[in-house]
Amino acid sequence: MASLLRNSGKITTTAGLIARPGFQGGRGFGLSSFSLFFSSPRRFQTTESESRVDSHCYDDEISQKFSVLGGKVPYTSGMRFTSELPEEKVPCYRVLDNNGQLIDSRNFAGISKEIAMKMYTDMVKLNTMDTIFYEAQRQGRISFYVTTTGEEAINIASAAALKIDDFIVPQYREPGILLWRGFTPQDFANQCFSNKFDDGKGRQMPVHYGSKKLNYFTVASTIASQLPHAVGAAYSLKMDGKDACVVGYFGDGGSSEGDFHAALNFAAVLEAPVIFLCRNNGWAISTPASDQFRSDGVVVKGQAYGVRSIRVDGNDALAMYSAVRSAREMAITEQKPILIEAVTYRVGHHTTSDDSTRYRPLEEIEWWQMARNPLTLYRKWLESNGWWNDEAEAELRSNSRKELLKAIQVAEKIEKPPVGDMFTDVYDAVPSNLFEQEKLLQQTVTRYPQDYPSDVPVRAVPSS
Amino acid sequence: MWGIVGQRVFRHGSSAMSLQGTRPAILASRSFSSAAKEMTVRDALNSAIDEEMSADPKVFLMGEEVGEYQGAYKITKGLLEKYGPDRVLDTPITEAGFTGIGVGAAYHGLKPIIEFMTFNFSMQAIDHIINSAAKSNYMSAGQISVPIVFRGPNGAAAGVGAQHSQCYASWFASCPGLKVLAPYSSEDARGLMKAAIRDPDPVVFLENELLYGESFPVSAEVLDSSFSLPIGKAKIEREGKDVTITAFSKMVGYALKAAEILSKEGISAEVINLRSIRPLDRATINNSVRKTNRLVTVEEGFPQHGIGAEICASVVEDSFEYLDAAIERIAGADVPMPYAANLERLAVPQVEDIVRAAKRTCYRSSSLAATA
Repeated sequence: MASLLRNSGKITTTAGLIARPGFQGGRGFGLSSFSLFFSSPRRFQTTESESRVDSHCYDDEISQKFSVLGGKVPYTSGMRFTSELPEEKVPCYRVLDNNGQLIDSRNFAGISKEIAMKMYTDMVKLNTMDTIFYEAQRQGRISFYVTTTGEEAINIASAAALKIDDFIVPQYREPGILLWRGFTPQDFANQCFSNKFDDGKGRQMPVHYGSKKLNYFTVASTIASQLPHAVGAAYSLKMDGKDACVVGYFGDGGSSEGDFHAALNFAAVLEAPVIFLCRNNGWAISTPASDQFRSDGVVVKGQAYGVRSIRVDGNDALAMYSAVRSAREMAITEQKPILIEAVTYRVGHHTTSDDSTRYRPLEEIEWWQMARNPLTLYRKWLESNGWWNDEAEAELRSNSRKELLKAIQVAEKIEKPPVGDMFTDVYDAVPSNLFEQEKLLQQTVTRYPQDYPSDVPVRAVPSS
Repeated sequence: MWGIVGQRVFRHGSSAMSLQGTRPAILASRSFSSAAKEMTVRDALNSAIDEEMSADPKVFLMGEEVGEYQGAYKITKGLLEKYGPDRVLDTPITEAGFTGIGVGAAYHGLKPIIEFMTFNFSMQAIDHIINSAAKSNYMSAGQISVPIVFRGPNGAAAGVGAQHSQCYASWFASCPGLKVLAPYSSEDARGLMKAAIRDPDPVVFLENELLYGESFPVSAEVLDSSFSLPIGKAKIEREGKDVTITAFSKMVGYALKAAEILSKEGISAEVINLRSIRPLDRATINNSVRKTNRLVTVEEGFPQHGIGAEICASVVEDSFEYLDAAIERIAGADVPMPYAANLERLAVPQVEDIVRAAKRTCYRSSSLAATA
């Protein structure tokens, strides 16, 4: 706010206050008046939801004093309440039709074959990983797992559209970005089995992956808390003037949290280069989206905070790729936040602790599995280009499965982290009390081995 | 939005006038003389933050009213003008929002100083303080460090009622991953604030509104820009041999006054200024109790699960056989803070309470019942 005051001498916002959701313009809101987008000769005499505005007047003197609202505000003598829902739901951008053909090739910038192929193979690998790790949990080999089934396109296509310098701040249903960036099946398995090669040193539950090297912040269980973090990280990028943005992922449920609102509001005020990517998959555990909010989804909330937004078909890999590419471009060159609502469906259960058939019909799950399945749809497009076929599919699936099964077998046998790892990283340097406690624990375990599991490796305490 | 903008337009004019009217805090601290200088806690904090911001471009300030308004309590006076809006950010009213943003910025390598107008408002942000800031280094196995400082006034002020008067020392001090500091004097304020800003771990910095205006003598060493105090070390403000009194923040002043009164009655009290609540300087406290054999803990906050409880446990665990009397805990009343001045006075410890408690440990009081 302070910087705005210095720039202009009066407060302005960078997004128009009265604009229809479908408005396509870029940065047409100047410092002085902004034009209206409604006009109609009809007059309404009664108090009704506003759909058209009749004649307006500007009272210059008073308008100036009300510069709090950013520019001239038109006055009207008709009392109108803005409708709670727009006349028309915000349209959903898609590139591929149900047969995997480009609907309008003019609206799709294109993609290199290399990236297009990697996108598909990674989507298949992600899908296979989910199947195998889910099975492993059911067999009792890991305690917990979260699948991404149905949301492979969101995961992989968004990752493909970004660069390695772009910071990822995930919720917990986005391991595909790590996969794209080079996290191996062994890396995933090591974390799920929390063995000594886990980058997270066995500190967290399965699927709480993180990699500083791959610019992917460690998954935390708290919902939507990562959104203000994303804005803070974006502010840091802005201060550094880097050619990179931050992408914060969240679900439809997460959009109810206070942190979502604070993050969007703040990102707009700070003009932070951050993309808020909502995976609206229709369900927050057993809470359907209709119980989560009464607005037209999450995309309309963008405008409420002065954030440019778009609704995309999350099961269309090319649409996701295209939208995220453009969003990244805008976020960085214009230094402003963008909201993307990727509409999709959570085909799997919330986690392995959930049985979603208890609260939704099996037919609904199966329907989504068939209709606009992200892998099937995208595969059709690849095949129509002559880039894929059944043999390649079978080979890919077989290889992925083998690789993942092997990773699990290896991870299962690796030792758990040493006891010393319990005491490090609480602070930057190990404090004396923890140093003492670790020594005491080492002594106790050594003295009474019968009271401790045999696979608790005891390691010499490093001097701090 | 209305209200904030209305203030902005107004404050821009008035703050310019007020800056001309007063000598900047920096100049005040730089006028060297060989005699002991005096400095208010407010100026101590302002100069410490200013010097650290000057030394490290990654340090930045964020909070409500910290910029144009010069700080709700004027702690950040002059900093917006000096460092610009990129480094002194006035925020919308959302503690959860700006705390989360600060944590995110710290994840990415900046060093935020987040101001809460009072720590009562930090409750709105406590998820980010505990679950994001405190635990991230551990949960990420060292990949994400959070070099952030959360500061603001803590505890009771005067006549501000229940929702503005709570002490949060024990809330934050129970959480591993956080460091919790509570300065008393200007030397404490300068040294601990610099240490906090330089520290790679998240630090909760508990100030006191009523101490902001108090002046303390400061030596040339304290005024030097490289000065800092170690985190985790308490200070013995007054040596004694009959009873140990521990306190932090405003209560240190009360404990010193109580020690003065006690000395006239032949009781020599040793006053320990904790300075650091987490890590707690158990060594200094225990060594003192082993010398005096008696202990009175003093705090303004609620008694249950308070700082005194932890100190009692530490002394009983480590120095049990040295105690000649039961430990006395002086704390605020176990009620939300009332507003009426007479009631408020009764709800917080007074010097007389500390004196009576010390006498009880020395078996010098007439009866336990006569303590009201």
